[in-house]
Amino acid sequence: MSTTLNHILFGWYPYLCLTTFLVGSLIRFDREQYTWKASSSQLLRRKQLMLGSVLFHVGILVIFAGHLVGLLTPIAVFDALGIGHGFKQGMAIVVGGIAGIACFLGLTLLVHRRLFDARIRATSSFSDTAILLILYVQLILGLSTIPLSLGHLDGEEMVKFMNWAQGVLFLQPGASAYVADVHPIFKAHLVLGMTIFLLFPFTRLVHVWSAPVWYLGRKGYQIVRTKKPVVRPAPVPVGVPARGRQLGQPVPQPAE
Amino acid sequence: MSHFLDRLTFFNRVVGEFSDGHGITTNEDRRWEDGYRKRWQHDKIVRSTHGANCTGSCSWKIYVKGGIVTWETQQTDYPRTRPELPNHEPRGCARGASYSWYLYSANRVKYPLIRSRLLKLWREARTLMTPVAAWASIVENPEKRKAYTSRRGHGGFVRATWDEVNEIIAAANAYTVKTYGPDRVIGFSPIPAMSMVSYAAGARYLSLMGGVCMSFYDWYCDLPPSSPQTWGEQTDVPESADWYNAGFLILWGSNVPQTRTPDAHFYTEVRYRGAKSVVICPDYSEASKFADMWVSVKQGTDSALALAMGHVILREFHVDRQVPYFKDYVKRYTDMPMLVRLVKQDGRLVPDRFVRASDVPGQLGETNNPEWKTLAFDETTGELVAPLGSVGFRWGEKGKWNLEAKRSDGSPVDLRLSLENAADSFEEVAFPYFGNIEHDHFASSDHGSVLERRVPVRKLALNDGEALVATVYDLFLANYGIDRFGGPNVAKSYDEDVPYTPAWAEKITGVPRDQIITVAREFARNAEKTNGRSMVIIGAAMNHWYHVDMNYRGVINMLVMCGCVGQSGGGWSHYVGQEKLRPQSGWAPLAFALDWGRPPRQQNSTSFWYAHTDQWRYETLDVKEILSPTAPAGPWDGAIIDYNIRAERMGWLPSAPQLKENPLTIAKRAEAAGLEPKDYVAKALKSGELTLSCEDPDDPKNWPRNLFVWRSNLLGSSGKGHEYFLKHLLGTSHGVLGKDLGPEGKRKAKEVVWHDEAPQGKLDLLVTLDFRMSTTCVYSDIVLPTATWYEKDDLNTSDMHPFIHPLTAAVDPVWESRTDWEIYKGLAKAFSEVAPEVLGLEKDVVLTPIMHDTPAEIAQALDVKDWKKGEVEPIPGKTMPQVTVVERDYPNLYKRFTSLGPLMEKAGNGGKGMAWDTKHEVELLKALNGVVTEEGPTKGLAKIETAIDACETLLMLAPETNGEVAVKAWEALSKATGREHAHLALPKEDEKIRFRDVVSQPRKIISSPIWSGLESEKVCYNAGYTNVHELIPWRTLTGRQQLYQDHLWMRAFGEGFCVYRPPVDLKTVKPIQGKVPNGEKEVVLNFITPHQKWGIHSTYSDNLLMLTLNRGGPVVWISENDARKAGIADNDWIELYNVNGAIAARAVVSQRVKDGMCLMYHAQEKIVNTPGSEITRQRGGIHNSVTRAVLKPTHMIGGYAQQSYGFNYYGTVGCNRDEFVIVRKMTKVDWLERPFEERGRATGPALQAAE
Repeated sequence: MSTTLNHILFGWYPYLCLTTFLVGSLIRFDREQYTWKASSSQLLRRKQLMLGSVLFHVGILVIFAGHLVGLLTPIAVFDALGIGHGFKQGMAIVVGGIAGIACFLGLTLLVHRRLFDARIRATSSFSDTAILLILYVQLILGLSTIPLSLGHLDGEEMVKFMNWAQGVLFLQPGASAYVADVHPIFKAHLVLGMTIFLLFPFTRLVHVWSAPVWYLGRKGYQIVRTKKPVVRPAPVPVGVPARGRQLGQPVPQPAE
Repeated sequence: MSHFLDRLTFFNRVVGEFSDGHGITTNEDRRWEDGYRKRWQHDKIVRSTHGANCTGSCSWKIYVKGGIVTWETQQTDYPRTRPELPNHEPRGCARGASYSWYLYSANRVKYPLIRSRLLKLWREARTLMTPVAAWASIVENPEKRKAYTSRRGHGGFVRATWDEVNEIIAAANAYTVKTYGPDRVIGFSPIPAMSMVSYAAGARYLSLMGGVCMSFYDWYCDLPPSSPQTWGEQTDVPESADWYNAGFLILWGSNVPQTRTPDAHFYTEVRYRGAKSVVICPDYSEASKFADMWVSVKQGTDSALALAMGHVILREFHVDRQVPYFKDYVKRYTDMPMLVRLVKQDGRLVPDRFVRASDVPGQLGETNNPEWKTLAFDETTGELVAPLGSVGFRWGEKGKWNLEAKRSDGSPVDLRLSLENAADSFEEVAFPYFGNIEHDHFASSDHGSVLERRVPVRKLALNDGEALVATVYDLFLANYGIDRFGGPNVAKSYDEDVPYTPAWAEKITGVPRDQIITVAREFARNAEKTNGRSMVIIGAAMNHWYHVDMNYRGVINMLVMCGCVGQSGGGWSHYVGQEKLRPQSGWAPLAFALDWGRPPRQQNSTSFWYAHTDQWRYETLDVKEILSPTAPAGPWDGAIIDYNIRAERMGWLPSAPQLKENPLTIAKRAEAAGLEPKDYVAKALKSGELTLSCEDPDDPKNWPRNLFVWRSNLLGSSGKGHEYFLKHLLGTSHGVLGKDLGPEGKRKAKEVVWHDEAPQGKLDLLVTLDFRMSTTCVYSDIVLPTATWYEKDDLNTSDMHPFIHPLTAAVDPVWESRTDWEIYKGLAKAFSEVAPEVLGLEKDVVLTPIMHDTPAEIAQALDVKDWKKGEVEPIPGKTMPQVTVVERDYPNLYKRFTSLGPLMEKAGNGGKGMAWDTKHEVELLKALNGVVTEEGPTKGLAKIETAIDACETLLMLAPETNGEVAVKAWEALSKATGREHAHLALPKEDEKIRFRDVVSQPRKIISSPIWSGLESEKVCYNAGYTNVHELIPWRTLTGRQQLYQDHLWMRAFGEGFCVYRPPVDLKTVKPIQGKVPNGEKEVVLNFITPHQKWGIHSTYSDNLLMLTLNRGGPVVWISENDARKAGIADNDWIELYNVNGAIAARAVVSQRVKDGMCLMYHAQEKIVNTPGSEITRQRGGIHNSVTRAVLKPTHMIGGYAQQSYGFNYYGTVGCNRDEFVIVRKMTKVDWLERPFEERGRATGPALQAAE
């Protein structure tokens, strides 16, 4: 592969994807609120969905966390903690492998359901089906890197990816060189992975942004959204007109 | 500003807490709520309604948002009722609420469509030829003509432009007018009250041309001929609010919550007020659950039940004990005191006609119309008198046509009801009995065919010698089998098995006798206590039978015996069809172009379709089967169509086409012969120089050639004998399974010409205007996209409430659709451009029957005489149809269409026998609509350019919407009655309801003498109210509610008095039973077609929302027991068939249904989820695929006071409930989803097996 192509794919393309991912999500969130949804098809058919969706989501969340931590944690941190490259590589293979298989089973169920359930198929948009198949391919690519990784358990290959990822993130010129000589399957996995970021704002994946994790730490069981002017607990000088005092009055109770 | 930035407020999002921190207050963005708010926001609300024939006439709010109609909700601003009466609103139902779906649905007709084969032929011909010549070159070439006519119903539509289709239609019309005559251009559109201007648009176009407007009320079998027979009135009924005034309500074959949904609340409310309710209905209908008592009667035997109830009422309230109110009522308001001649026939005395003043020496001093004045005895003096009010007083003299108890010289009379105490002798009088006719599916008794009963009689010296006479009262009671004077065939006890006791009826109807007695007793007792507040709401379930008159007259008798008719909260509430066009007399000039020429051509549809779809060629009902055993001497031979031909010939029924010769040529012939056209026609008919079309409906010269269908789904809904329509009228694939009478060797017809080869495809051109692609559209040659009910300006009224309210355009017609008014205006313009090629100023000779409510209605007083048989001379308007010359200005048809013609000023206006001047109204219209400024024949006349102009025209001319006219109309009536009536309208003399008024709020109409009820602050609208309270006679022979029908044909067919007649045997099952087996078990069931829950006729039956609420396609309900017999499970595909055709549908197996019947809600469109029939190999069939129209001679009577013709008033009716079908499971469901060519022969192999 020529250096130029390598540089385009792993030097420039990441920025195209990340920019589209962030700016696209922002624009869509601001302009297309009604499209900001998971588009669940549970209402149409529950069959296969519960098992498939749970396996898929659990698997993908573990894999996503693994990638995030594994790629973006500075190598120095691992070194400081005394975690060796080989051990990390092994962890990645075992944990990623288990999660990957769970995810694979889940996705297989979901893909089958989407393609062969007439009702689901008829109500699916092109992007619904396409993104599911892309995820499926990406997962298979990911799983098929396991045998390759088993070939170099020392973790050296993995370090290349960490360097590349961190290089891209910290705007390091020439980061693409880190991955110039890795196996094509890795490259395909990387390119498709970046492509998923590229497509992200145009698909139902945007629901990832709005996963209601906040809910776990909510303060009140009943939430009242007020329309009244925001009460600023600013100090009210003595002797100002009544209008100012009104601002400082207690927040109305919901019954009002 | 930005959803995202606004959310970056993590730390100050929460602004407060409550409930100890269990609740929090936040200032999160709330703009998302606007989404929900906007869901119900809209740009405007427009008032409109649904022009479906449902009688609902509900005012709706139509919501428009961004130029799109989004939804509709019910209006709630009707003028309030008087205190203590519930309000009308809200009116509406689920069907209406789903209407907006249609506007933008896939089923919307969006562009003018034409059969591609026809368009190719046209374009090819039109390149070298002028329009009319081009059309001639197509239809005169049998191959070219067949190329498109034989593909009707098989797709092949392409888009065309308005200009092109208008030219084709205009050319076809002009060709037909020139070649065959204008009476070959036919228009079918029903129920003007639904959208009166849309109706008027087409009718005006046709009437200016001389084309024929077809009746609908009788064809739909919604007309109860018993109403004109008894009251001389088409139908007049209480508004639904009057139910609230009733004390006892019988719902008899009417499913109020399902088919009168917006009115049902009055029914529930009056029950809270304490009224008792009985529901009489074979199946457990939605109404049945409202009942205090549900009476499950065997379908089709209602008259037996009514007669038995009448028996109880007469016994307990007229004989054993006489209720003064009842006695006084029947004496004053019915023909019961009138005298009937008794004549000896086959050694027995039978009731003959009413005795007339002309029968008596000296004519009782009556010189004007003595033949039309009926007689009675005066109780006080014992003298024979001619009381005021009979039809003889209506015409030719003034001031004596009223119901005051007086005679001509003004002296009072007290009419004697019974001759009991003044009899010369008691004689046995013979009554016919039909309950012994055997039928495979109905019970019969073994009583004799002639039942003699004892009646008190008097001897009278008449001009032709001594005669025996009896009162209607005595005969009427004898007919009911009440024992008063001993003798045979009468009953002392209800348990005797004598017609018509409760014990007898129990066997026929399956209703236990104690139920019959209880209902009758309570009905009458309530009427006694409340002076007539007992009401019967009656519906299609009783009306759609061959012997409908007996069912209805049985009920009418009960009401009349108890003095209920014309009393608030009482009476006969027949709600079948939205017949009440309240501003009728203002609308008629607009619709039938009476401002330009009179009379219009109007035709009774049942007889027309019977003849022109060749259903008569398959007639199996023999006249002998329905003839009375006491029929007067006569040949009474021939087939049913012969009776219709005689009726047309004698001026009883209308004809279309009228003469075999083109009516545009008659005036010239008359001139050549040196005669008045009228005299020429009479002479030429007698000599045979001219012939009536009805005598040879299959001659190509007599075919209807062009047919317009608008506001209707003739082929998907009302067309009884659907498959015969397809075969003979359209000439396309069909499912007729039987053979006509030629090969069967059963031909009986004598008057009609028989062609061995029956014509197939009589129509040259079928044009349908619709907003949705209905079954009729699918079979048409040209489909014109019309505006929906939310896209046009029009008016709407109903019999269920007293308001007039509009349809208004919420949005302009979408795509290329146009309103009916604009479509016909466009056609008129195209026609005026095309016509000069062959037509100019023409003289059209129009034949009309002897019309009711005209001086001519007293035409044939004493006997029936046929000029063709030489029994009498043909005299137009007396013994044969009236003949009139009408001038047609074909090149100026468009100009005439768009202006109010001069006849309104010259000849005035009128209705129902009254006439008044309209000069002032015409002046006002000129000011309101503006005048035509363009040079030409219409310069200076009031404009009728837009649909709103048309609305204003009819509102201005009608007494119901213009108080000034109402006063004039009441004054016109006063001239005849000699009584002052104008007080009923004077308080509203200044009121003029205009279009914009009804747009702002529905308006109550003004009381007018066109109708027999009043609109006031004191009473609800109730039919017959002014007859009873203003002493205006009913428009009958006797001037009273006429319970005895004395016309020769009524007596011949056994219906002088009401009797029980079992359903007729149409013989459509046996010839095919077992001939086309598919291996499944079969059951034979009575085919009942009630009105549906998820549609109004066929409208909404293709609407996704309604389809989703039911099974989404054609279904037939059968009982659990019948389903078990045939091995049918719920939701199975089943087939129903008989010799008329076949239907494929799903089975609904339900306990609701009575054994022996199946229910197929009528008019489920075959364009939705309908597979092919295994037998016919045609798609589905509609409910009318297994029916065939069958006529009844008594409905053809004319020239006889109330039994004279009126458009939609009298005539043959399209009954269909006597029909039986074979029901079985289908083995193969074929959706016919392959090209036409691969489908094989039009009639499949299964059928050949049958042959």
